[in-house]
Amino acid sequence: MKALSRIYNTLIFLFLYAPIAVLILFSFNDSKSRVVWNGFSLKWYEQLFGNELIMESLKVTLLVAVLSALIATVIGTMAAVGIHGMNRKLKKVFLTVNNIPVNNPEIVTGVSLMLLFVGAISFMNHTFGTHFKMGFGTLLIAHITFNIPYVILQVMPKLRQMDEHLYEAALDLGCHPVSAFFKVILPEISSGVFTGLLMAFTLSLDDFVISLCTAGSGAQTLSVTIYSMIRRRVTPEVNAVSTLLFGSVLILLILVNVMQIYSENKLKKEQRRAGVR
Amino acid sequence: MNKKHRLTALLVALAILLCLLPGCATADENTLIVYNWGEYLDDEIMDVNAAFTAETGIEIKYLTFDSNESVYAMASIGSIDFDVIIPSDYMVGKMIGEGMLAKLDYSHIPNYKHIDPTYTGWDFDPQNEYSVPYMWGITGIFYNKKYVDEADLEAGWDILWNEKYKKNILMFNNPRDAFAIAEAKLGYSINTTNEDEIAAAAAELIKQKPLVQAYVMDQVYDKMINEEAWLAPYYNGDMAIICDVEEGNPDVGFCIPKQTVNFFVDCACVSSKSNKKDLAEMYIDFLCRSDVALANAEYVGYGSPHSEVRQLLDPEVSNDPLYYPDINALSVEAYNTLPDETNRLLDVWWTKLKQ
Repeated sequence: MKALSRIYNTLIFLFLYAPIAVLILFSFNDSKSRVVWNGFSLKWYEQLFGNELIMESLKVTLLVAVLSALIATVIGTMAAVGIHGMNRKLKKVFLTVNNIPVNNPEIVTGVSLMLLFVGAISFMNHTFGTHFKMGFGTLLIAHITFNIPYVILQVMPKLRQMDEHLYEAALDLGCHPVSAFFKVILPEISSGVFTGLLMAFTLSLDDFVISLCTAGSGAQTLSVTIYSMIRRRVTPEVNAVSTLLFGSVLILLILVNVMQIYSENKLKKEQRRAGVR
Repeated sequence: MNKKHRLTALLVALAILLCLLPGCATADENTLIVYNWGEYLDDEIMDVNAAFTAETGIEIKYLTFDSNESVYAMASIGSIDFDVIIPSDYMVGKMIGEGMLAKLDYSHIPNYKHIDPTYTGWDFDPQNEYSVPYMWGITGIFYNKKYVDEADLEAGWDILWNEKYKKNILMFNNPRDAFAIAEAKLGYSINTTNEDEIAAAAAELIKQKPLVQAYVMDQVYDKMINEEAWLAPYYNGDMAIICDVEEGNPDVGFCIPKQTVNFFVDCACVSSKSNKKDLAEMYIDFLCRSDVALANAEYVGYGSPHSEVRQLLDPEVSNDPLYYPDINALSVEAYNTLPDETNRLLDVWWTKLKQ
């Protein structure tokens, strides 16, 4: 039985990671082939750094991912705290509304955002004589928009687990509501906020459909660039850039975990010391 | 930090954000927006865009698209702007019809004189008032000499229906190109709008389905090079990769079917909304300059309509009747813009086929 479960586990991990392993392996391949191994080489990485289009889209992708994740986390956390404070009926309404964009097909979100931007921009340009265009700004707004619901979904359970009385106690002891939020609530829900941030970051990196619809001609994300190679050949430079992305996300995750373990240990030590006294 | 400071910090952050949005969204006066297919412009041999910027001081915002339809959809809604765009023939015709392209001032494009008249004057733009040919090619059949009997190739497109090669045949993974093959096989026009002919072509495709290993686009390269498949329709210019001795597989050959083949020519055009028409024409002229056109032809591998490039290219390529077929001697047909009902019909049949 144990052997069976081990085989099952191995299979699952194989399915999850084999494609990534192959992708990474072939980023070091000496030839253009994606199937035959011709020896180790770093030439795709060299070419990648010389490929302006891919580097520029990588820059756009990372910038949008970081900015949209940060902004969505701030807005999403505030929204979650607000929803948490509502009465049950209202809370239910808002959580349902929050779930709609999560379950909505991406293409619907993408096209509706595109139409909204086109309409809003032409309205502003006509009435105020501005010269707005779709570009990085609209791309960023779109990414923030689809990230917010996921942050809320990550933060809400942490708020529910939290002891309500902690916050009230802080207020009773003369704490200002704002500083009570930062000193009492935020540390309690920080793990949820953090997962929300990471999730928003990866979702933003991952997105293709919404980026295609909302980037206009001002910016192009990596996924759109890669997809545009489909009529010709997707070169191993794409493997190289994917490897770099995967590597950086992996390092990020490891760092986060190490930090979490470190701070938990520190907390335990402090608690122990307080207990001794 | 006291409350006042926090509020100012928040306001400053908001102000920065607000500046960021229009700052990134408005294009520089000195920047041309160029839309092209992915992997369709040299960035290794002379790095065309960098060379243009170095010579003229004009920055290029270079963006890529994956299909004529997606770029058309976004341009017509108004979500993207462009100065220069390089769509295919039938899409040029459609965009001219909808007033999306500007008439070119050929006094700004002196290098147009190099363009071989064989590739100009097609139906989509009979006087070439709007478009300058950039690359061209035809469809044909890639086959592996080790497994495919050359005698069978004489059947033209029919070889893709040959039971002998069951499960070793690849097909285009889009309705237009797939239907064109079935229609050519039956002797119809590849632009047919006749519902009976389309139904007959669909029946052919359904009949072919059990023989097809996969419906693919760019996977053709790997599958043919690694001999996973023996027969595949694709563009003649891709011989440069698939049949290459080092990168590809020299056992793979290309043949032009005896029936109608699809001729395509991708053309550089200028947006009718562009306020930098002079600069855009300057860029198109640059693309027509012999050294630039040569770099692009060598990088992309597709046929160049440029008469000097034909002479400058490796004669093994430029004299090869497969790379540079005499299209006047072949039965070639370019795509026309199909009416919406026909496109819908193709989509319906295509969905049925793929189920």
